[in-house]
Amino acid sequence: MNKDQEGEKIVRTTVWSPGAGCHGGCGVKLHVKNGRLVKVEGDENHPWNQGRLCPRVLALTQYVYHPDRLLYPMKRAGERGEGKWTRISWDEAFDTIEKKLKEIRDQFGAESVLFCQGTGRDIGGPISFLAYAYGSPNWVQLGLAGQSCYTPRLAAMFATQGDYAVLDAGQFYEKRYDAPEWTPPKCIIVWANNPVPTCPDAFHGHWVVECMKRGAKVITVDTRTTWMASRSEIHLQIRPGTDGALALAMAHVIINEKLYDKEFVENWTFGFDELKERVQEYTPERVSAITWAPKEKIINAARLYAKSKPASIHWGLPVDQCPEGTTVAQAIAHLWCLTGNLDIPGGEVIARPAFGVTTYPFSSHELTALYGEEFVKKLTGKRIGAKVYPMVANFRGWAQPDMAVDQILTGDPYPIKAAWIQTTNILGGQAADTRKHYEALKKLDFNVVVDTFHNPTSMAVADIVLPAATFPEKESFRSWWAPLSVVVPAIKVGECKSDWEINLELARRFNPGAIRYKSVKELINDRLKPAGVTFDELAAEGSWMMPPEGHSSKPYRRYEKGLLRADGKPGFNTPTGKVEFWSKKYEEWDLDPLPYYDEPPESEVRTPELLKEYPLVMATGRRSSVYFHSEHRMIPWMREIDPDPIVEINTKTAADLGIGDGEWVYVENRRGRIKRKAKVTPTIHPKVVMVPHGWWYPETDGREPNLFGIWDINCNQLIPTGTQSRSGFGGGAYKTTLCRVRKLEKER
Amino acid sequence: MARHGLLIDYEYCTGCHTCEVACKQEHNYPVGKWGIKVNEIVLETFDKITIDYIPFPTDLCNLCVQRTKEGIPPACVKHCQAGCMMYGPVKELVKTMEKKPKTVLFAPR
Ligand code: SF4
Ligand code: SF4
Repeated sequence: MNKDQEGEKIVRTTVWSPGAGCHGGCGVKLHVKNGRLVKVEGDENHPWNQGRLCPRVLALTQYVYHPDRLLYPMKRAGERGEGKWTRISWDEAFDTIEKKLKEIRDQFGAESVLFCQGTGRDIGGPISFLAYAYGSPNWVQLGLAGQSCYTPRLAAMFATQGDYAVLDAGQFYEKRYDAPEWTPPKCIIVWANNPVPTCPDAFHGHWVVECMKRGAKVITVDTRTTWMASRSEIHLQIRPGTDGALALAMAHVIINEKLYDKEFVENWTFGFDELKERVQEYTPERVSAITWAPKEKIINAARLYAKSKPASIHWGLPVDQCPEGTTVAQAIAHLWCLTGNLDIPGGEVIARPAFGVTTYPFSSHELTALYGEEFVKKLTGKRIGAKVYPMVANFRGWAQPDMAVDQILTGDPYPIKAAWIQTTNILGGQAADTRKHYEALKKLDFNVVVDTFHNPTSMAVADIVLPAATFPEKESFRSWWAPLSVVVPAIKVGECKSDWEINLELARRFNPGAIRYKSVKELINDRLKPAGVTFDELAAEGSWMMPPEGHSSKPYRRYEKGLLRADGKPGFNTPTGKVEFWSKKYEEWDLDPLPYYDEPPESEVRTPELLKEYPLVMATGRRSSVYFHSEHRMIPWMREIDPDPIVEINTKTAADLGIGDGEWVYVENRRGRIKRKAKVTPTIHPKVVMVPHGWWYPETDGREPNLFGIWDINCNQLIPTGTQSRSGFGGGAYKTTLCRVRKLEKER
Repeated sequence: MARHGLLIDYEYCTGCHTCEVACKQEHNYPVGKWGIKVNEIVLETFDKITIDYIPFPTDLCNLCVQRTKEGIPPACVKHCQAGCMMYGPVKELVKTMEKKPKTVLFAPR
């Protein structure tokens, strides 16, 4: 490697979103030669990834310089869906958007514009900033039924513990596994997650592997036999959507066998007796029948977890997609509190944004801190879903997605006129009932899409398309737990702009009085103030910084030290100051204060008649090492590794249906039918099929009616909207919908 | 020079494909060309299903001489997400192998 020869420079930066796609956090060294990115290496001095990288970042040059990347703003030249575009200048793009959206605001009110994003990445900051500058409360992951991605788990933790917690893999310490403060968990429950292919929610999946090397025993809860399951002491291969019952049965064992942490429960929790009473109905026998997991395995798992100290749970998004996702999350979170594993080394560590820096609001509290109480209150009054669901009104700031799409179609209680769609391929990605979202978006007067590539959504509905910069092209910042880091620009590609740049410019036009920042850097420096550091200083330091000992964003046992509550008293940031097994907040939000189990909307128990026709559970969404949701299908090195939209079907089930490995099949239910290539494998439960999501064919015609093939292969067409939990968050039926599979006679 | 090789601890190889793409980037191999290829072995012959992954260095693997001569680990070894690959003289790697079960040693050239 010729470091300084031939004008090659190395820029140390943080990975977040476009390019890698993911939730980010890794430190990288970008090798830049003559203004061009030539190579990416992991930064061995970065505590997050310690030099390692995933396939997607290693293929970054293919993403950044892909011939299909959007490089300049465009406006639609023909009809929507005709694929005719005219190049325009940024000035024209900004002027048009300003004029159109101001007209709509004047005529229908700011709430008639939806600000739509995909999964929670770098985009959360800029898009909420823009929505609020414009004056709309309707910031939403449009299409994501029940907002079923982390928000339900965050809400459950916030309500019952006053803070968020994650598996402690030493991620708050520079020295990581060598930090003297840290010890590895003795037992890890990998609950509804496959940490190998991706890094969920500010957590690097392979940290679990590092804990295993240091002695952690694993219990896996997964309907598939994953690599992790094959390395586990106990594998609970449960029926999709029954996680809540399992958690309550484990609590049953832990409480009745007195395996809980008496000292912690006595001193730091509220509502234990009520929880004890509630779990009595969830006997391992009964829950075994609900979940398909053998009774002995449930009992043994509960004992292994409770008798290991420290022990930790690493959970995934399927928890949110369980029916009543917010109560399922509550039940699982109670396990780490019953066992006293909260905020101890190797347990569930309380995770706060480093130095208290806010990139984007995780709670209404942060929202209020950023935008003021009066303003937030005023907006909340109009937010879609806030009147129906107290949790939607009081936690975070999302509009309720299932209601949002219905409101576009009905205009009730007020009309929706436009959508700002940024970093989300709604129709090729997260939208349940794809056709409904297609029709809804088509109905709007004005749609802007900001992205890195054309995709089914931009092709079908965009009036203006803006080219977004990838992470090596931009300035941004990140305080999703720790460390505090900045994204440092190294290259320029076409006329692409970062989401922050685009949104700051428009925010200034929409609200000239309130927005005082003249540049993105000025905005970032302002937000970094609690850390006493500037963007340039952090960039010069290698792009990251850990909070110091004694800061409330640094572990451990902060509840003993009075670091969690605003009043400085010991305890938790909840109404009672304790971990609430019986949640006062849930009660206030008209919800059952205790966790319970509910059946999926379609299931062998709830809809036995339907099961006769559609005998398989369709679980979607298993992760791939080379894709992030609907991204990367056009990246040659990635597609080569995972080339086809498959359906995983059990060997015995396939044999019964006469389906051979590699054959094309239909996966269908009453909502529709898609084509998939059968991957016949013993690793999936015989009564379940796994259908990876986010599939479209970028290599095919993007124009209507083909739209890159989504109507043929996008599995979300088979999934309903409107299955949200009683809280409004959680319950998207992405893993629990019934289907059948049959052989397709002719190949695709 | 003493023969060098790659030691894989397949107890921890997760099949993440990082080694494959790290190698492709390092050598700029197009689609279809691999310096290393990950193999999946799924067996039902035990009382549970076992899943193992073993990355296999192909004839295109040059053990990243261009890096190692400068003291930088091979691209695959450096980036391996599970930290389960080692590079070094075969003689040294064998010593690790004596202590660690579920390992495999490749000396591609
Ligand atoms: S040592 Fe280098 S050439 Fe060999 S497989 Fe690893 S990255 Fe490829
Ligand atoms: S990078 Fe490491 S863990 Fe991943 S497939 Fe290759 S050897 Fe296995």
